[in-house]
Amino acid sequence: MLKEYRTVSEVAGPLMVVEQVEGIKYGELVEIEVSKDEIRRGRVLEADGSKALVQLFEGSAGLNLATAKVRFLGRGIELGVSMDMLGRVFDGFGRPRDGGPQIIPEKKVDINGNPINPYARDYPSEFIQTGISAIDGLNTLVRGQKLPIFSGSGLPHAALAAQIARQARVLGTDEKFSVVFGAMGITFEEADYFISDFRRTGAIERAVLFVNLADDPAIERISTPRMALTAAEYLAFEKDMHVLVILTDITNYAEALREVSAARMEVPGRRGYPGYMYTDLASMYERAGRIKGRKGSITQIPILTMPEDDKTHPIVDLTGYITEGQILLARELHRKGIYPPIDVLPSLSRLKDKGIGDGKTREDHADTMNQLYAAYARGKDAKELAAILGEAALSEDDKRFSKFADEFEMRYVNQGLEENRTIEQTLDLGWELLTLLPVRELKRIREEYIEKYLPDTRPA
Amino acid sequence: MDEGRIVKVSGPLVIAEGMGNAKMYDVVRVSDKRLIGEIIEMRGDRASIQVYEETAGLGPGEPVYTTGEALSVELAPGLIEAIYDGIQRPLDEIKDRVGDRIERGIELPGIDHERKWHFQPRVAPGDSVEPGDILGVVQETTVVEHRIMVPHGVRGTVRDIKEGEFTVVDVVATVETSDGVKDITMLTRWPVRRGRPYAEKLAPYAPLVTGQRIIDMFFPVAKGGAACVPGPFGSGKTVVQHQLARWADSDIIVYVGCGERGNEMTEVLMDFPELTDPRTGEPLMKRTTLVANTSDMPVAAREASIYTGITIAEYFRDMGYNVALMADSTSRWAEALREISGRLEEMPGEEGYPAYLGSRIAEFYERAGRVKCLGTDGREGTLTAIGAVSPPGGDLSEPVAQATLRVAKVFWGLDATLAARRHFPAINWLISYSLYLERLEEQLSKTVATDFGDLRKEAMQLLQEEAELEEIVRLVGIDALSIKDRLSLETSKSIREDFLHQNAYHEVDTYTSLNKQRLMLKAILDFHHSALNAVEAGVHFDAVMKLEVRDNIARMKYIPEHEDERLNSVFREMKAAFAGLTQAGEGEEVA
Repeated sequence: MLKEYRTVSEVAGPLMVVEQVEGIKYGELVEIEVSKDEIRRGRVLEADGSKALVQLFEGSAGLNLATAKVRFLGRGIELGVSMDMLGRVFDGFGRPRDGGPQIIPEKKVDINGNPINPYARDYPSEFIQTGISAIDGLNTLVRGQKLPIFSGSGLPHAALAAQIARQARVLGTDEKFSVVFGAMGITFEEADYFISDFRRTGAIERAVLFVNLADDPAIERISTPRMALTAAEYLAFEKDMHVLVILTDITNYAEALREVSAARMEVPGRRGYPGYMYTDLASMYERAGRIKGRKGSITQIPILTMPEDDKTHPIVDLTGYITEGQILLARELHRKGIYPPIDVLPSLSRLKDKGIGDGKTREDHADTMNQLYAAYARGKDAKELAAILGEAALSEDDKRFSKFADEFEMRYVNQGLEENRTIEQTLDLGWELLTLLPVRELKRIREEYIEKYLPDTRPA
Repeated sequence: MDEGRIVKVSGPLVIAEGMGNAKMYDVVRVSDKRLIGEIIEMRGDRASIQVYEETAGLGPGEPVYTTGEALSVELAPGLIEAIYDGIQRPLDEIKDRVGDRIERGIELPGIDHERKWHFQPRVAPGDSVEPGDILGVVQETTVVEHRIMVPHGVRGTVRDIKEGEFTVVDVVATVETSDGVKDITMLTRWPVRRGRPYAEKLAPYAPLVTGQRIIDMFFPVAKGGAACVPGPFGSGKTVVQHQLARWADSDIIVYVGCGERGNEMTEVLMDFPELTDPRTGEPLMKRTTLVANTSDMPVAAREASIYTGITIAEYFRDMGYNVALMADSTSRWAEALREISGRLEEMPGEEGYPAYLGSRIAEFYERAGRVKCLGTDGREGTLTAIGAVSPPGGDLSEPVAQATLRVAKVFWGLDATLAARRHFPAINWLISYSLYLERLEEQLSKTVATDFGDLRKEAMQLLQEEAELEEIVRLVGIDALSIKDRLSLETSKSIREDFLHQNAYHEVDTYTSLNKQRLMLKAILDFHHSALNAVEAGVHFDAVMKLEVRDNIARMKYIPEHEDERLNSVFREMKAAFAGLTQAGEGEEVA
């Protein structure tokens, strides 16, 4: 029988102080009996002598200092895992929210996990074909990578993430990805979009969903992604599955973190976010990867909505420092009607070099990728110049580059919501666009590839 | 062993009482899980302890044991090719012992105490020795000869020394000193927060050749210098650091991955045994030590990792080697300082960083340098420190970047716009600087060619001019420029694309020797001069621009090292092309 305390001395925001407690441990799970039929959960944030500072996941509304009963459970927050999780929807704390029964866990796992030994990691190098040219051709995703989508409010990040989840394949296999979906503070409609899309395509059969909606307790969001990742680790490293983890929206997660930090009156870092936010985010993102000798992998696609489309906002900035690249969505392209509105210049996949080339995609991939980038950048410059000085001020070459930039956006970046291009189609499309430019400008491509792949149609 | 009790646990900070006998910076073991921690504050008999492992599950009342020793590293053969965490626990052995994930409370020595090494004496019985003298050597890897030095505080006459197979804890020699006979083992320990002593600090004079064109030619760092690489995310800090670790002409590389991605360390671990050192022909791993404290590993150990790394680097410097230390990223280290400082409830300085941030950064970079080592032979060693800085939003006005710029002599400023154009390395040539230029010039003109400095100056001028001319073009268009200015623009474009741009993933382009660098830049500038002459002689500008030899200049970067003939032929083709032009030009004038 666990000891019950009725010594709550203070409640403020998401925090509660319990006094005269014995044997408490830092980080342990706490149950608070608010009334006969309502039990809430919390976690020890600080153990100071006989005083415990507890973070309440479900808020403090209705909590009475005199009547609340507190139990310390002597363990961290755990998730019961089993293969029965597949096809199910849970709330942000791992309880079923689809009306189905409780799952019978194969075992219980602490959701914080231990860091992966860098020596045990296997370098991600298997190309994932998402069927989206702007990703496959230029910002290639590989198995075990963490590649976030930096978006803004009103941009189609949900559609893009769902399309990736739907189309992602490893070349040469029919093996599909399992999807673990962690939603933090998103609206019902957005969550419903994913769930319906998974149902429509049958992906739900190999998906596990953890959903904390906008009106669910905010502090619960701190545990939601860890629940999702714990489930993913179980599927990947114990059940040999290839798991794609979609986490949306990290911005809401960071705000919950800030709320707790502010309530503790910690010295704030930038914009009021806690100084340890980098470490905290890293403890999530670093759970992507591959491990030597294990078949499965975890590929992470976190989604962030950048406040005011600001790339230097701390949440975005710190994420960019941890993840292996980023896919940046641009409002300007969205307005032009381009889907997916991926701004390829500031987008980046750091692991692409190991996932492309001969034997993975095609030998000419790296060179054409660099060339397309350089040409598009130059084309955009030319267009900027033309906007100030008029088209006439451009040199012949610059005019070609400017035309190239337009075509590139319209034909290469732009594609249908259901359009699934193979990597060959993407690469060939790249070459086709390069015919708009004079051959001597193709400096970043090896001559042998130019001879082998460049279509014969030269510009007049 | 003294024993205290935990009174408070808050994240990585534990406060314990009953610690009156402990000293500041003593290493302690926390709770019966024996987690490793270090005392960072003492008030009465209360000690604040930063714990190097996850503290979940610890609570008040649990014991704390002091070890009475400061945080130290083990120094002996076995350092090379090792991969350590922030407090020198070998990650490969942790994996063998507990599996894929790092569990808590693992105690492992940094050096294998069982392995035997072949020790060859360099002194004989009867020789008198002082601290720093080389007693003998161990061939640690095919390229590194590990020199066993007389430990600090030992001075006297060698009584006994012999060749043979020894473990690092076996006695290899005995020395008769004024306070009796001292046994000497290959293993020594050194507290990481104290710099290792040397006889004298000297000014650096030789360049650290990195094979990276923009660095060697425009912003070189000296052996024994300090450099920093600040840049926003995605600008290629880590690639620059990896490239330096790969190609720098150092004897020893210590690479500290401090609070960065796990996969980056994996990349080093996978690539370095495969890549060969252009100087020795041996795998790069044979001269490398890795310290990896990735961002998901405990934050306090991240704080220590920088010191662990630099102490190992100093140890090799003391043997008389050129050592380069890469720390990626010092910002994460500073953030760890900030986190601990916040938990200690210290009064914050700028942006929540502790007020002592600047002095800690300065102390770290000051451990770099060229020194005369201890010992009678007067050998010299250098330690070059290269730190990456990750300023939030790429904004260099933040405290870590500012504190670093005050002490580092070389600044390679990475630029997000260049990175977005895939111009790599994205080092912005207009804002970067090296304070070693003049000092190294002399050496370079001796070892490479006398015009090395002149080429650089002219190229830099052109790049400066380009920035100004581009302003004009943006306002009034290219037609407003004189032919001469247009030529300058074309040449600087060629410097940027054909010289500064360097592809780290291209098998040839990844490394360029100083000699080839000079030839490449000379070709671009020779073309510039010849073009100027031709245009002045009446040749049409477009005709010059259409010369095919320009493509050959652009492709010089892909010509493998030592194919001098192909490099030289570019100059001949250029001569021929211009000769052809002027003749044709004269022809036109006649017509």
